[in-house]
Amino acid sequence: MPEAPILAKTLLQVRGLEAWYGESHILHGMDFDVGEGEVVTLLGRNGVGKTTTLRAIMGIVGKRRGSVTFEGREVVGLSSDKVARAGIAYCPEERGIFASLSVEENLFLPPVVRPGGMTVEEIYRLFPNLLERRASPGTKLSGGEQQMLAIGRILRTGARFLLLDEPTEGLAPVIVQQIGQVIRSLKEKGLTILLVEQNFHFAATVADRHYVVEHGRVIDMIRNQDLKANETKLHEYLGV
Amino acid sequence: MSWLHMLVPSASQLAQMPAQLLIGLINGSFYAMLSLGLAVIFGLLNIVNFSHGAQYMMGAFVAYTLLNVLGVGYWPSLLLVPILVGIVGMLIERIFLRWIYRLDPLYGLLLTFGLTLIIEGLFRQGFNSSGVPYGMPPEFRGGINLGFIFLPYYRAWVIVASIIVCLGVWFLIERTRLGAYLRAATENPALVQAFGINVPRLITLTYGFGVALAAFAGVMAAPMQNVSPLMGSNIIIVVFAVVVIGGMGSILGSIVSGFLLGLVEGLTKVFYPEAASTAIFAIMAIVLLLKPAGLFGKAR
Repeated sequence: MPEAPILAKTLLQVRGLEAWYGESHILHGMDFDVGEGEVVTLLGRNGVGKTTTLRAIMGIVGKRRGSVTFEGREVVGLSSDKVARAGIAYCPEERGIFASLSVEENLFLPPVVRPGGMTVEEIYRLFPNLLERRASPGTKLSGGEQQMLAIGRILRTGARFLLLDEPTEGLAPVIVQQIGQVIRSLKEKGLTILLVEQNFHFAATVADRHYVVEHGRVIDMIRNQDLKANETKLHEYLGV
Repeated sequence: MSWLHMLVPSASQLAQMPAQLLIGLINGSFYAMLSLGLAVIFGLLNIVNFSHGAQYMMGAFVAYTLLNVLGVGYWPSLLLVPILVGIVGMLIERIFLRWIYRLDPLYGLLLTFGLTLIIEGLFRQGFNSSGVPYGMPPEFRGGINLGFIFLPYYRAWVIVASIIVCLGVWFLIERTRLGAYLRAATENPALVQAFGINVPRLITLTYGFGVALAAFAGVMAAPMQNVSPLMGSNIIIVVFAVVVIGGMGSILGSIVSGFLLGLVEGLTKVFYPEAASTAIFAIMAIVLLLKPAGLFGKAR
């Protein structure tokens, strides 16, 4: 159910997006919009296609159909490196920290796609742990540090639109808070974020709007300020 | 009595040792350069490049042709030949290899084995099996007497050049930004591409680079032996054993075990010449039993 975003202009428009992994049909026509400067979440139970939606936007699923326009440009059909070059940065659920690269090499890995990204110094200021550990292999980090690295490295690229897949999964509450602060500060800087979350308590602290996903489709959209009023409905959707 | 001589080196064996160690070091230089290219290719492409020996042979023949047809000498060939043969490699990757990345590595082995037969067949047709002499570049004629051994200048150069190339490649892969792309793409190509790196192009360039290393070794080998269509087949089996011992895909492993096994082979020639050609394979069998991923390899 596409609905006009609250903020000025639509940055990402997804229409009838379908995706497959091999024979299994995961997305059955996703429709949603993300406005410039918004933080929007995809909420839903395990296996409803949230992660696949992000992967389909990036072009790393087996097969996809439908339309995804970013800044008015169709990206379905582009290879994933071209999608990234168009200005979409992706932080995967499994974090994707490279074991054979040091922390600093991980940080420098994603190429700069646009001017205006953070410098490495700024990223280290945001995540001081990474500075201390910059020479250690990426996978020697704690889960929280790996998540910081996974977010930090895409901030260097200058991309203004971030796809974050469950950045709080499995992390201690204090780290979850820190990640929440980072997301809010990125929003203040004007970045746009599409966030996949299972934890809607966390999502409520950072997002403007929430799309509820079920069976590879968007079944509802709830504005963050209406979250309280829709709590029962949401509990039903998420089965919590 | 017959086995005692193996335990206590005789005077004549001690006298042979420096010469055999030197030969071992020179063979090791080639093993290291060739297994390095195989390691680079296997790491990213997951393909056991069986045509590596044929590409080494092509390097020697292209150098021979450049010299005898165009009058291009040894030094320019050292740079030109790897580029030319590397381009052929990139074409092979684009035309043949890219179709089979999703398949079992066995298919890559079979495909590159088939290519080897074709390439060797073509060269046997064009030149004959006995081969042609490249000749020693004039500046390398002669050698130096080190007292315990006479060291031809060219052999000294082979060792030096091989060490420089090996260290250079190690540095490129382990210490530079481009090398970080390569290592990352070896681990998770889909994610590296989703960061905006053109991974298919990286794969093509990497294969070309591995092939260029083989061709470089081929140019290095040309002045030392007859340039023959089968020179690659003769060395490549040993090189595969070296790669297995070092650990498939390990850069450092292939360098260290390349030189090491050259030396082991040299020592075997001193103490038990009958086993010289099998020693490496015996070591391979033992390494596979004790450490299946190789001395420097990580289990996949």
